[in-house]
Amino acid sequence: MRLSIAEALRSAIAEEMRRDPAVFCLGEDIGVPGGWGGAFTVTLGLEKEFQDRMIDTPISENGFFGVATGAAILGMRPIVDVQYGDFLLCAMDQIHSNASMLRYMSGGAVKVPMVMRAPVGATGRGAQHARNTERFFVGAPGIKVVAPSTAYDAKGLLKAAVRDDNPVMIFEHKLLYGSKGARAETGTVDATSEIPDEDYVVPLGTAAIRRQGTQVTILAWLLMAHFSLTAAQQLETEGIDAEVVDVRSLSPFDYDTIGESVRKTGRVVIVEEGPKTGGIAAELAAGIMERFGDSLLAPIERVASPDIPAPFAPVLENAYRPSPQRICEAARRLL
Amino acid sequence: MNQERLYISLERLTPYSKEFLLGLYERMALIREFEEQVKYLFLAGSMPGTIHQCQGQEATAVGVCSALAPQDYITSTHRPHGHALAKGLTPLEILTELFGKGTGCCKGKGGSMHIGNMEKGMPPAIAIVAGGIPIATGMALANKMQKRQEVVACFFGDGATSEGAFHEGVNMGAIWNLPVIYVCENNFYGASTHVSKVTRKESVIDRASGYGIPGHTIEGNDVLAVYEATRQAAEECRKGRGPVLLELLTYRMTGHSRRDPCLYQPKEEREAWGRRDPIEVLGRGLVLRDDIQESDLERIRNKVNQEIMDAIEDARQEPEPTLADLTTDVYA
Ligand SMILES: Cc1ncc(C[n+]2csc(CCOP(=O)(O)OP(=O)(O)O)c2C)c(N)n1
Ligand SMILES: [Mg+2]
Repeated sequence: MRLSIAEALRSAIAEEMRRDPAVFCLGEDIGVPGGWGGAFTVTLGLEKEFQDRMIDTPISENGFFGVATGAAILGMRPIVDVQYGDFLLCAMDQIHSNASMLRYMSGGAVKVPMVMRAPVGATGRGAQHARNTERFFVGAPGIKVVAPSTAYDAKGLLKAAVRDDNPVMIFEHKLLYGSKGARAETGTVDATSEIPDEDYVVPLGTAAIRRQGTQVTILAWLLMAHFSLTAAQQLETEGIDAEVVDVRSLSPFDYDTIGESVRKTGRVVIVEEGPKTGGIAAELAAGIMERFGDSLLAPIERVASPDIPAPFAPVLENAYRPSPQRICEAARRLL
Repeated sequence: MNQERLYISLERLTPYSKEFLLGLYERMALIREFEEQVKYLFLAGSMPGTIHQCQGQEATAVGVCSALAPQDYITSTHRPHGHALAKGLTPLEILTELFGKGTGCCKGKGGSMHIGNMEKGMPPAIAIVAGGIPIATGMALANKMQKRQEVVACFFGDGATSEGAFHEGVNMGAIWNLPVIYVCENNFYGASTHVSKVTRKESVIDRASGYGIPGHTIEGNDVLAVYEATRQAAEECRKGRGPVLLELLTYRMTGHSRRDPCLYQPKEEREAWGRRDPIEVLGRGLVLRDDIQESDLERIRNKVNQEIMDAIEDARQEPEPTLADLTTDVYA
């Protein structure tokens, strides 16, 4: 069946809740009859089947991330939802100080099997509903971070996350959900996939080659993975053969897959939505240098947003968000 | 639910001048017209992203802001259009911002959820729920430390009272006796979630005693009641007896955001609040006066309609920001 990311996540959540009674959802406006199923329809209608396990919270992010952590310690497997990835910052203390570190601090006695879901990306809403907050969790030991760009991956990664015994953060992109009806998003990019009937997981910690190529490796995730494929098609018409790797797992990075590609092409472009300074691309570039620096034929290129908050006006926002054109320019510079 | 159509009695209107009362009516009508026209524009795709509107809540914005002096401050939320218009921002400077033009009140960098104009006493609206509450407290602290008479009116919703920032912000205002009015617009919903699902006590006002500050629950669709309560609270604040918590009971007669059809609001509830439409609550009272006719109100409604239509046309003509503006304004 062909599903959007919103639908694929919904079916993953439903199947995991059927499989394991310890799985439950926690968040704002996620199970209100007549409501929207969270900000982007992911949990729409689930309250009908799972009345007691779709828990609508007050607007208390730090509180309910702490609640999820506590429930996870004692055997539940919460899936926590924030309406926008920006509000993770309200919950930062519970996530960073507690969920991520309790296992280590307890000398391995405690486990925190929780899933955290957060929509990111600049989408015409201004600076406080636009940040790509992935970067704040990549450097938080104890948390795993994934960022699916297709419906197939969204479902498989969510299932893997629910079954993992660690806190796992899933970043989802507002322009990739394919939310429908009153919650449809302008500027949406098609991220639908054929979804198999049978149960499957996409293992955490793995990258995916989206396009084979020999001359330059383009590394990206979420919306930027789609933009990179568009760029690769353009580059092909210019005689440049680009390989596109969907990084997909932001913590840990899949250096096996990434390394194989880098060794093959010797040239790397990393694409990131969000300010360039202190971003994930910086960490990735350093990691590649350390591991595969001797096979690089040129310095690594980063394509990212300028070091500014996300602007509101569409002309400015379009300049903030890296474009296929800018990705092409970076690739050309390497060849 | 109450079947009566609420109105403000003649007795309560009598102490006020015709000009003052028609001014309240006009400002509320302006906000309603602004929001209705913006809704069309948004649905037609002229504005990006999302939008949070305040139809039905005009009396809270206008009642509070008309009790403040121009140099007093407000802080606002993700739903700021009414607050801004009530505080004296022009329809044009807001519309240009909503259109993402370079000449908007935030140069196109803020957008609908961050409307503001410091010269008019309104820093950019804060769209992180409850995020503005500690900021308002800090503004009041600055006023106190600099021995200024200005007060701060801090708008937030019922939903915001579940955030830690509410507790932390109000408590600091309380312990330092700061000149700030915490204005809770209780419209009974935080997004789609009814207030009864997120707090055992539906009334926010009980919190006031927890912080040791005065608190009053006000009929928020009665603009005069809101005005009087705010004026009194501001006076208390200026005498160094702040802060004050006001809970204004009101209702959102439009979607929470975007194209929300409000299926979670029961029909009877919507209808009951429809009979308490704040503009009509005042209008029904005004025409009881000898010196105000229905035709006066109609003239005002036509006037604000024209004003908004003109502002929309003007806003459309304004220039887009240029790419040179992209990286400016990050640092002072
Ligand atoms: C910290 C934070 N959490 C969640 C949201 C998403 N959100 C925006 S408005 C809103 C409801 C706010 O309710 P309330 O405070 O009652 O204000 P109202 O919308 O009714 O004016 C929510 C949950 C947000 N903007 N900020
Ligand atoms: Mg509310």
